[in-house]
Parts: sequence; structure tokens; C-alpha cells
Amino acid sequence: MGEIVAGCLAPHPPHVVYADNPEQNEPNSEGGWETLRWGYAKLARKLKTLDYDAIVIFTPHWQTYVGTHFLGLPHFKSKSVDPVFPNLFRFNYDLNIDVELSKSMHEAAKDAGMVTMMMENPDFRIDYGTIVSAHMINPEWNKPIIPISSNRNSHYYSVEVMNEQARALGKACRKAILESDKRVVLISSHSLSHRHFTVESELPEDMSKQHIYNHSNYVWDMKLIDLMRQGKMDEVINLMPEFTEQTIAETDSGSLTWMMEAMGMPDYPAEIYGYQSVIGTGNVIASWDPNPDTREVVL
Amino acid sequence: MKDSPIVFGLYVPPHPHPLLAPEKNEGWGKLRQAFDTARKRIEESDADIILIYSTTWPSVIGHQIQARSNPEWVHVDDDFHYLGSMPYKFEMDSDFSHQYHENCGKRGLNSRTIDYDGFPIDTGSVVALSLLNPDNRLPACIVSSNVYANRAESIVLGKAARDTLEQQGKKAIVVVVSSLSNRMFTDYIKPEDDRIHSAKDQEWNQKIMQFFQEGRLEDLSQLSREIHNQIRVQKVVAYKPIWWMAATMGQNNNYQGEVLAYASLHGSGGAVIQLTPTTGSIGDKEFDEDDIEFYTGDRHVLDNG
Ligand SMILES: [Fe+2]
Repeated sequence: MGEIVAGCLAPHPPHVVYADNPEQNEPNSEGGWETLRWGYAKLARKLKTLDYDAIVIFTPHWQTYVGTHFLGLPHFKSKSVDPVFPNLFRFNYDLNIDVELSKSMHEAAKDAGMVTMMMENPDFRIDYGTIVSAHMINPEWNKPIIPISSNRNSHYYSVEVMNEQARALGKACRKAILESDKRVVLISSHSLSHRHFTVESELPEDMSKQHIYNHSNYVWDMKLIDLMRQGKMDEVINLMPEFTEQTIAETDSGSLTWMMEAMGMPDYPAEIYGYQSVIGTGNVIASWDPNPDTREVVL
Repeated sequence: MKDSPIVFGLYVPPHPHPLLAPEKNEGWGKLRQAFDTARKRIEESDADIILIYSTTWPSVIGHQIQARSNPEWVHVDDDFHYLGSMPYKFEMDSDFSHQYHENCGKRGLNSRTIDYDGFPIDTGSVVALSLLNPDNRLPACIVSSNVYANRAESIVLGKAARDTLEQQGKKAIVVVVSSLSNRMFTDYIKPEDDRIHSAKDQEWNQKIMQFFQEGRLEDLSQLSREIHNQIRVQKVVAYKPIWWMAATMGQNNNYQGEVLAYASLHGSGGAVIQLTPTTGSIGDKEFDEDDIEFYTGDRHVLDNG
């Protein structure tokens, strides 16, 4: 029987990969955003102690309007260039997909009445959100991944509809994982508050210029993190429509709702690994460890 | 219009069906024929550059302007990947792009040029350039749509484009890549079952096309907020392409309009429309929005209250 061994909220500003200077990324930096990067390093160390087979990532930057899409080919190799921050992120990737689990999640979602599709075009490029989150939690890239597209229900209908659809998708994915023989880590890849500054400092990693876009967004982010610490994820998901609208949050993708539902709506404290703003947005790294023996108070 | 730097303008749809699957649906085929007609007219014109504003290229750090001389890649659409890949090799007018960027700055707008191997040119721009300029007969320039920009930025962005054309003495084909109504079906449909998503979208599309046919570009620009509220999915803050188009081509109603084709693309309103500057005008009927020459940024009304 399969198992979800952890779920991570892993934001994907390309700045953290840029700041880390991995060999796969073309641009070079003088660092920056250490609070997030050190948090990621600690989370990556913890994940190394867990026994798991694959990483499932729900990504806001593979945006689909016609249903939810899953990748259906075993291997992708190319260069991912961030369309918004191409100066920071031009990443040469070479990665593997667990197509078997991808297909079974696709089938489970379809059986649950959702509109789904397998993506089988070999020229398809993997989005930067998927790559940033996957790289930061597993820089060795030694596990296959399963990216899931974000259906833009928030745009087409409302955040309430998004929340319901994401919950249904979470249930279906949970079913497929439990019925498999795989142990998986789930990744919800996004920021919290998501208002950007529309100008960039001359040196993007000039940390004297980095701060949250406004105080209201900061207070909302802290409210959510506080609830995460208290293990009140049910309340977080119920607050999602208001939070998303008030802070233009990247939770509009449905990613966190999907992950929480797939994990059976955790009522235990999240591990908090760091919070920092990146060009105005609010980013927290958090993890939910279902095992009370290995669950930590990190920060 | 001998002195105008604009040869003519085109309003074209972003989705890849006319490029990748024109044979699968009569309407998609008609849109393809219209693209082909527009291509011939471009070839027969004395234009120096194809200038594109694409609604499927979002940006955050101001507006981005494509400046790579020969961008080359194989593009795949996020939704319609099953229709096939779109290999491209384009030619950009880098001189124009750099000066356009400078002119944005002179009008108070933040912008930057983009010149990176592998930069993902968006579906709409790939479709438009592949069909309108298949042999790179003319160099092109593509400008993004900033997700936070509203009317002032979009108008000024258009004026900076026109400044650049005038400075460089170039004649342009102005291309806006955008749907009319942009709500698609959220389920798969057979190609033969494609239709406009709703009767309301259909009526509004027809009204917009009537304005285009009468050459009323500035009237459409003035009505942009209403169009956004009525038939645009609220993905971004406003329906911006018509503001940019009017500011670039000239904020008036002195055009000869022609709808070359109109058809649904997975429920959205796809139209290929040509607008050619003329001397005659239908008159200014809908004007009540202010004009703007320089962008002075957010007014921080909340901070100053
Ligand atoms: Fe993002």
C-alpha cells in the first residue's frame, strides 16, 4: 500500500535558485534570500532521512484552462527559461517522470468526474515553478517527479470553485497514491501573498531592497502561518477564498488546498522552515510530517 | 495616409488551431485563410517591421520587449499540446526594440529588453509570426502585457511604440494578438462541436466587430472597460490590447475596417480583422476617457488620505 510521507509548501521564486548558483542555471549571483535558502537546505536534509520513491508537484506555472493535465512521458531534457525573470532563471534540466503513478492519478481524477488529460508531446517544456521547488528540496534530482497542471478555476469561476475542485483532485490523487505501492512526497509550489513590485533593483540580489509589498499582506501571511503552526489546516482552507482575494495570493492555483486534502487535512502542527519576501511577495517554507515521531519544531 | 508610420493594423487570435489544425473545423480553416490573406497583404505592402502586442505574454517587471535577433525554439502550448509542436525561428529588429525600450523610459514607463537563448516566446506571438511572416520577410518586435498595468501604462506603451517608428522612419504592420470574448470551454470538445461559449459572448463579439468594420478604433478603446466587464475572463485587471492598438495606430476613428474571418476557438471569439488608416472618419462618438502622454506611476491615494 502506498503512503504520503510528507507534504511541503515549497515556494518557487526563481530568485532562490539564482541565489544558490547551481551549475544547471546559467546566470550567476552574489547570493541573497538566505532565510529561504537555508530553510530549504534544512528541509532537503530532513527529506533525505525519509524513505520515498517520487515527488508529486502541483504547479501554478503550468496553467491549463481545459482540465487538469499530467505528464505522460518518462524523461524530459531541455532548458527552462522563466518568462518573467529570464535574467535570473535559465535552467538546464534532465529529469525523470514516474509515468505509472502519473497515469494512475490521471485515471483516479477522471473516474471522480474531473476533466483530465495526459500530456504526451515530447517537445513540452517543464515550467520554472516545478523546477525551482523540485531543485530546492532535492538538489540531487535523484527521484522521479510527477508535475500536475493548475486548472485556472479561480479565473474562470471563483476562488470558492477552485477550492472545491482542488479538494476533489486531492482526494483522487490520495486514492491513487494509497492504491499504488509508492511512498511519495507532495509539493505545493507557490508563494502566499503575491503582489510583486514592478521594478527590479539593478542588482536583483541587493537584499537592502527586499521587503513585503505592504503591511496588510504581511499580516495575512502571518495569520496563515500561525494557523499552520497550530495545526488548523481546515481553517486555513476555509479562509482560502478571502486570503487569496485580499493578498492576490498564489494559492489561487489550488495547490495548497489540493495538498491538504490529499494528506487528509492535517490537524497537527506544520514544520516552519522560513519566511521571506521576494520582490514583494510573501514566501513560507513549511512541511507537514504525518509521523509524530519524526515531526519537529523547526522554527 | 502618406505620413502615417502605420501601414495597417491586424487583430488576430492567440490560439494555435489555425496554425496546427485548420482542416479539422470549418471556422478554424476560415481563420487560417484570413491569416493567409493578411500575409499576402503584408507582402504586398511597403512595411518595414511587424510590431506585435501579445496578450499571451504576461510580464511583471514593467513591459518586456523581445530584442533577440534570431530567437529559435520548439514551442508547445500548455493546453493544446496534443495539436502538435510549433518550431520557430524568427527575426527581430533589435535596433527598434532597444529604442522602444528607451522611449518607454522617456514616457515614465518601466521596461526592459529581452535577449536570451531559449526564452519562451508565447503561443500567440508564435502563431501570429508563423502565419503572417513565415519566411521572416520583415523583422519583428514583440512587446509583453504587464499583468498589473492598466489604461495609463497601456496607452503610453503604445505612444512609445509610435515615437520609435517616427524616429526610425519605419512603417509598421501593427499586430494585436488577442481573443475577442476569451472564455473557452473547460471540457474537451470535438472540433466539429466548437462554437462561441455563450449567446452573450456572441452578441458582444458582433458588436465589437461592427465597430471595427466602421473603423471606430478609438471608440472601442474608450469602451474597453465595459468590454472587459462583459466578456473577458477576469485573469488580468483590464482589457488592454485595444488601448495599446489605438495609442500606437492613432487615437481616432479614421480607419477602414475589414473583418477577414470570425470563428470560435474552443469557445473563445477568434477574429482576424484589418484596420487601415484613412482620412474619413465616422466622428468621435464615445469619447469620455482622458488622454495621457506620460506615465507618472501610482498616485498613492491611500497613503495620502
Ligand atoms: Fe509563481
